[in-house]
Amino acid sequence: MRARQAALPVLAVAAALVALWYAGAVALNWQVVAEGRARGGMPPDAWQTLAGTMSFARPLLPAPHQVAEEVWRTAFATPLTSRRSLLLHAWITLEAALAGLAIGVAAGVLVAAAIVHVRALQRSLMPWIIASQAIPVLALAPIVIVALGTLGLEGLLPKAIIAAYLCFFPVTIAMAKGLEAADPLARDLMRTYSASRAQVFWKLRLPASLPFLFASLKVAAAASVVGAIVAELPTGAQAGLGARLLAGSYFGQPLQIWAALVAAAVLSASLFGVLAATERLVARRMGMRA
Amino acid sequence: MAAIEAKRLSLTYSTEDGPLQALSDIDLAVAHGEFVSLIGPSGCGKTTLLRVIADLEQPTGGEIRVNGTTPGQARLRRDYGYVFQAPALLPWRRIAANVTLPLEIMGLPRTERRRRAQAQLDLVELAGFAHKFPWQLSGGMQQRASIARALAFDPALLLMDEPFGALDEIVRDHLNEQLLRLWRRTGKTVVFVTHSIPEAVFLSTRIVVMSPRPGRIADIVPCDLGPDRPLEIRETPEFLRIAQRVREGLRAGHAYAG
Repeated sequence: MRARQAALPVLAVAAALVALWYAGAVALNWQVVAEGRARGGMPPDAWQTLAGTMSFARPLLPAPHQVAEEVWRTAFATPLTSRRSLLLHAWITLEAALAGLAIGVAAGVLVAAAIVHVRALQRSLMPWIIASQAIPVLALAPIVIVALGTLGLEGLLPKAIIAAYLCFFPVTIAMAKGLEAADPLARDLMRTYSASRAQVFWKLRLPASLPFLFASLKVAAAASVVGAIVAELPTGAQAGLGARLLAGSYFGQPLQIWAALVAAAVLSASLFGVLAATERLVARRMGMRA
Repeated sequence: MAAIEAKRLSLTYSTEDGPLQALSDIDLAVAHGEFVSLIGPSGCGKTTLLRVIADLEQPTGGEIRVNGTTPGQARLRRDYGYVFQAPALLPWRRIAANVTLPLEIMGLPRTERRRRAQAQLDLVELAGFAHKFPWQLSGGMQQRASIARALAFDPALLLMDEPFGALDEIVRDHLNEQLLRLWRRTGKTVVFVTHSIPEAVFLSTRIVVMSPRPGRIADIVPCDLGPDRPLEIRETPEFLRIAQRVREGLRAGHAYAG
């Protein structure tokens, strides 16, 4: 019953977005299609032009069904071993994003743990962490990729490092707060037991911080995909969704670009979904009220 | 050797509005096995005194010994169990796991932890709730669980900071009876903070009346009602006489403060 009630607004919003997308495709492609027809000596015909905007090979904005076709063709109708397989490229990007997410989350939690245990670090380290995020990743990525390349590091690791660079920030900020979020009485309680710092961390600080951790993980997951894609751009478009984006724009293949964007969005949404499900599972184990 | 011995103890907080004297010239000795209540209006320093005994606050003057050593050493020896105003149960642990928390920290083996949790939960009549989460229990039951937790590692000294302050009168009466029985059976030393005169008289062997600004001891009232105290004892002339003296002490403290 509840699911059915929730389905209606979800479907309505989805339908509205698709309708908006179609309207945008018509509006943006109209002029190019109409001019093409005029050059070809065809008489102006609104219906024919409209149909043209829906099936134009190099549209400014492809129609949803064109993108869907392209995704289907490259993802499922192309062998996984082919360089044209969308799934292959998505997997290459996902690999880097997951590795980056793992590195970034580990680094974020470690830095946050250090900050809450050593007061001096709050003031000395935090400004650098914040400044690090003021550098556009687009500017930083080529430097890191080239620098690591001269050290002989190529492939997954440099991309994971760029992804981690974007991931660790939200995790550090959230966990610096989350690790201090335990009830002050509970902290006094641990003191009356003469609990060690490690015991306070594992039995009180960390469990109390989990809601903060999951909130930041969801932000970090989306950032990790962006980071991996950006990191794929400077390497001269070898592989991954970033490479598909770059190749698509070099060779004027808007459908290829849009298919790669859809794949990126699906990756982000899937990571988010897995994290949200994990969060629900953990919350249930920890006795949170439904 | 007294369980607690304070001499000319004082504590001054430095606040934005200047120094604030929370405790002034506290002289108090609590013998082993005593049940001593600290009573007074809010701001009289009764909770602060309890926290100084527990090494949760540092005094700025005078001397305090707990079992013959500094409060810090007593804390490291795990000499006392502390019950806070709120139950302070960890929400992600089931009741049994909350009770075993101090035992885990102290490194007791699992079977022993389980045995003790069971025994303590029996004692506070929560045996059937071991596998519930804290939010599934009422406020009174949560506070009983927190008492079971304080008792789990069998400290000789119990420090209780208005443990029943947030509960309704009927639950409170019941828990007072249970606490009295527990104290009689175990012979523990209890220091109990309250702002309820009947509660203090009903439970204590001595009542320390405190007054505010600065927090100091206005009167120490012996409370020799004997070990057997049914709830009805609260209507006896003896009980009322002691309650009257406590009330006068509280009033005098207020007049002094202006």
